[in-house]
Amino acid sequence: MLELFMHPFMIKALIVGVLIAVCCALLGVVLVLKQYSMIGDGLSHVGFGALSVAAVLNLSTPIYLSLPVVMVAAFFLLRITETSKVSADAAIAVISSSALAIGVFIASINGTNINLQQYMFGSILSVGESDLVISIVLSVFVIAMYFLFYNKIFAITFDEDFARATGIRTGVYNTVISLLTAITIVVGMRMLGTMLISALIIFPALTSMRLYRRFFTVIISSVVISVFCVVAGLFTSFTVSDIPVGATIVLFNLAVFLVFAVIAFVKNLLSKKIRK
Amino acid sequence: MSLLAVSDLCLGYEGKAVVRDISFTVNEGDYLCIIGENGSGKTTLIKGLLGLMSKYSGEILFSDDLEQSHIGYLSQHFKHKKDFPASVREVVMSGFLSRRRFGFGYSKAQYVEAHSVMEQVGIIELEKKIFSDLSGGQQQRVLLARALCATRRLILLDEPTSALDPIVTADFYSLLRKLSQDGVGVVMVSHDINSALRHATHILCLDDNSSFFGTTHEFVHSDQGRKFILSDCPCDDCTIIHNRGGIENA
Ligand SMILES: Nc1ncnc2c1ncn2[C@@H]1O[C@H](COP(=O)(O)OP(=O)(O)OP(=O)(O)O)[C@@H](O)[C@H]1O
Ligand SMILES: [Mg+2]
Repeated sequence: MLELFMHPFMIKALIVGVLIAVCCALLGVVLVLKQYSMIGDGLSHVGFGALSVAAVLNLSTPIYLSLPVVMVAAFFLLRITETSKVSADAAIAVISSSALAIGVFIASINGTNINLQQYMFGSILSVGESDLVISIVLSVFVIAMYFLFYNKIFAITFDEDFARATGIRTGVYNTVISLLTAITIVVGMRMLGTMLISALIIFPALTSMRLYRRFFTVIISSVVISVFCVVAGLFTSFTVSDIPVGATIVLFNLAVFLVFAVIAFVKNLLSKKIRK
Repeated sequence: MSLLAVSDLCLGYEGKAVVRDISFTVNEGDYLCIIGENGSGKTTLIKGLLGLMSKYSGEILFSDDLEQSHIGYLSQHFKHKKDFPASVREVVMSGFLSRRRFGFGYSKAQYVEAHSVMEQVGIIELEKKIFSDLSGGQQQRVLLARALCATRRLILLDEPTSALDPIVTADFYSLLRKLSQDGVGVVMVSHDINSALRHATHILCLDDNSSFFGTTHEFVHSDQGRKFILSDCPCDDCTIIHNRGGIENA
């Protein structure tokens, strides 16, 4: 068991995995409460398209292309969502499936060396030396920004109109939130894959809200759940070979969600009985 | 000097004026009720005062020690997500944000202030509760406490009682009156003319043709006032007028 810990792959994967888990959990609470879950999904697909293009262009560090592309996409998706809720849903679906199609199309052209499976579902091995440094820097940046603006983020998520009326620049903070989301997704999708990164954003928040009712406790609980699932998923997929990490992590998230849902259900029943 | 002085203000949407040539002032301790029919521009006026929309013409002057961002605000349509995880205290404390730039927590002084605001509004025993578990009236009080954390000088309320039952509404009105007696300027939109007349010190009546601003007493005796008020006024002035009318008729 200890040997597992000491394996250089594993150490790298653990560091990056835990940092991503924290970022995803923090932003997930905000995205879920603001009803922006679709944006996360859309961005990961845009990221996939960008990665494929980067591979065709033979870029040594694909993140240099995918990060700016996804950030620009995040900026515009947020604008669309702000102007109208109804068409925003459709617009995000169109953008994300187009990006996905572009990615698959490029990856399928003969002569490229893109491993589609790895892009879609992630891999621990994908964490290279330069990726490691970039990932750490970016996720520490995301976490620091989040704590710096914690109070403002709460105010804007809870009641944007009041925040704006009392002089908080909500446009700026919304943009900050979407850019942090873009960073998190770009960093996380190498390990977790395009299809599964958005699950890691949404699940911990949703799970925590089964049992916790305060903003602060929901955030703490989300972080704990998220880190636990990532670490457990990494170990499982490392010991049982051939299972992609992303899928394992998502399954752990699903399991924790079900446990929380059952506990909440039982708690509800009990409190009703006591009242009778 | 008055907290808020508005002169010849015009506001509107897409080039069409909705609020035309409104002038009024709010002093410390004033309790101004804005009344008018649906669509007469009450919400628009509030938005204009908050700086959420730009004005066509006229002037909005705040007293020197009052910034626009230091106004408490309670909106007509609070889009509260049903299961939003937040404690009463988290909601109340978020009112301080306009006065603080960065940082994770709040200062000790702010906790003390929040505590006294919650006492003032009568929600101190709800402090540890979850916001979405509260009744509509309790939620409005919590939001009022948040508004008071944003400022102790001037609060704007847009139909804060529209979701409340009559008893809670009466409570809410007297709470506001108490606040205004403590020196807070209160500006409130209301459809409830009777409560407005009972509690407000000043009335601003928005009307397409002619708007009215003055004390509640003046309003009762104005042409606009007579349009809104159906019952006879029992005060001395009125009985004198009635009597005189009676004499002339005789
Ligand atoms: N966003 C908007 N764009 C264009 N016109 C608007 C907008 N909001 C309001 N109006 C128009 O401005 C006028 C005044 O609206 P406002 O909401 O200020 O009325 P109100 O007095 O608050 O009514 P209520 O009693 O129903 O709350 C209405 O005729 C309305 O049609
Ligand atoms: Mg209105």
